[in-house]
Amino acid sequence: MKRKGKLFRACGVTSVAAATVMMMATASGASSSGSIAKGAPVKIGISLSLSGDFSADGLAYQQGYKLWAADVNASGGLLGHKVVLDITSDASSPTQVVTNYQKLISVDHVNLTFGPFSTLLTLPAAQTVNRYGYAMIEGAGGGPSVFQAGLKNVFDVTLPVAYDLKPFATWLTSLPASTRPKTISYVTSNDPFTQPVVQEAQKLIGKSVKTVYNKVFPAEATDYTSIADAVAAAKAQVVVLGSVDVPTVSAFMQAFEQAHYTPEAFIATAGPDQGAAFIKAVGAGNADGMMVPNSWYGGSKNPASRKMVAEYVKKYGGTAAGVNADIAEAYSVGQAMAQAVTATKGFNNAAIIKYLHSGPTLSSVQGSVKFDALGENTAQTAYTFQWQGAKFVEVNPVGDPGAVKVLFPKPAWGK
Amino acid sequence: MNSSALIHAVIDGVLTGSVYALMATGLTLIFGVMDIINVAQGIFVILGAYLSYALSVHWGIDSFVGLVITIPTLFLVGIVVERAFIGRLKGPEKTAMSILVTYAISLVIEGSLNMIFSVNYVQISASYVNKTFRIFGVYFAYIYVYGFIMAAILLVALYVMLYRTRFGASIRASLADQTAAALVGIDVKRVSTICFGIGIAVTAAGGMVFGATNAFNASTSYDLISRLLVIIVLGGMGSLGGALLAGILMVTLEDIVGVVWSPVWSIIAFYIVLVIVLSIRPQGLFGKQSARVA
Repeated sequence: MKRKGKLFRACGVTSVAAATVMMMATASGASSSGSIAKGAPVKIGISLSLSGDFSADGLAYQQGYKLWAADVNASGGLLGHKVVLDITSDASSPTQVVTNYQKLISVDHVNLTFGPFSTLLTLPAAQTVNRYGYAMIEGAGGGPSVFQAGLKNVFDVTLPVAYDLKPFATWLTSLPASTRPKTISYVTSNDPFTQPVVQEAQKLIGKSVKTVYNKVFPAEATDYTSIADAVAAAKAQVVVLGSVDVPTVSAFMQAFEQAHYTPEAFIATAGPDQGAAFIKAVGAGNADGMMVPNSWYGGSKNPASRKMVAEYVKKYGGTAAGVNADIAEAYSVGQAMAQAVTATKGFNNAAIIKYLHSGPTLSSVQGSVKFDALGENTAQTAYTFQWQGAKFVEVNPVGDPGAVKVLFPKPAWGK
Repeated sequence: MNSSALIHAVIDGVLTGSVYALMATGLTLIFGVMDIINVAQGIFVILGAYLSYALSVHWGIDSFVGLVITIPTLFLVGIVVERAFIGRLKGPEKTAMSILVTYAISLVIEGSLNMIFSVNYVQISASYVNKTFRIFGVYFAYIYVYGFIMAAILLVALYVMLYRTRFGASIRASLADQTAAALVGIDVKRVSTICFGIGIAVTAAGGMVFGATNAFNASTSYDLISRLLVIIVLGGMGSLGGALLAGILMVTLEDIVGVVWSPVWSIIAFYIVLVIVLSIRPQGLFGKQSARVA
């Protein structure tokens, strides 16, 4: 779960112009009424970041969506209609994502829409499809800005990110005073996903652990050395890093190692949940003890999850521990939509929106899904995961049947 | 904020900034000689990083040693790209068109790298990447020092080539005035082709250090090119010395502001300096309004 905010696109002006043209074209176009001719496929429009800053996550999302579509089609499709995914790349640009959904709806005449990757892109995407009366079920737009926009059409199947670090904070503050760390550093990217998570953690941890460093760095940063060096110099026993991707976490880890500084606990909001991709970037030895909040992991006991993981491993290779959480998020989006379509007996977006707001409890590979008035999933539990050796294991909430003991203090780098 | 943190920030800034300067030098050289704004420079840096990574992972070749292979390889890539695409740009719209053409080249290379290496982030590893030494009470990684030394050697080599060789004189003449250079018998076309090759070749070195100090994938190039363009604008389009100074100034200033004030203001502070400089000297620190010279 990582939603970030760095962008560079030379084609911004072109995109705006194209968006205007698409807006003008809508008069001839979109329909969210939901009628599909017998035998015709149901088209689902999706904008994904297949290049640009979010490409690693975007491509994982594409795999998740495709895996779900393959499973649905293997079992007869949605209400007997074959699912066809109409995926277009937004190059990680908030401008392009708007253009894409306008095109998907007004030109491609998709029947349903799924969300893009990141809070940064989900907000403009949801606002766009809302104008056409489309529902947007998504899995990666969990930042508060999405839910504070007053939209009625957006539904996030993943736990709202603000609560991500609650289990970690609870674990930390519940440690006996004799073993509880005395100092903590907070450092976060100024991203709509990471900042709320870290701020909420600060509130929860409060004065139980003394804050010795608390800074925000720009999402546009490419060189983290001086920031990481400053965190290392503070020598806090705990580090909470508001990161959006693997390179950010990797840069801090490398700088800490170079500074001969190993925090006793180190949690990053995103990056370590990237499975094999994280290990490949940082090395297995360095990953040991790294923690990350999430609502799903490859070793989940959920039967639907195990089935999906087995299918994924069969199709793409690797191991269960190496399956990116993005896959499960995307797959869950499809599952939620399928249940809404089945319940409403059609593809009418207004009916789907009304149904999802009526409070049904849906099931997904990530667990239960139940939306509140804002579209947040209130039925999910936040977990903390940790790399222990080559395994990615659940460590929080404390006392949860699936949780193992936290590896604390964190081993030294490279050990 | 203590003094050791400030010293650390300054030294970090100089060490890292020199590598950015090296990458930007290629960009500014290409613009200076050819009037080409090469927005593909970022992806060439990443291509250089991937080449070093591949040599290290698949053949166990140390990344610094591997420069013997990667620098000539990227020089040849630059020559091919110039001959196939860049050299065909003509007319008054040449500079504007070069942005579109090099952006297209960038997309093609990005897509190819994604196909070959996937979008997963990788990082070049070597024994000296995380090895450190202590000075003024703080640790410094050898990789940054080695990177600085390498950048300094290459920049000096570029300087010597430009100011102490006959070919360098041809380049400088082309930098100053292409028409006049052609009139005195300089093969401007050939000079342009070789300059483009050199401009791309230096990305092999910059990319290697970048890839050893950062996890990267092909998309990382977008963050890089925006920084490199800013460096050459501040330094003065076409000015090698300007690129060197601006690269070091940019990273050092960001690091100092990050330590003294807050990291969130570090980039903003640099842009404030950029605006002030450009309002006083629209041509940048070392740029010239009517002609670009080193």
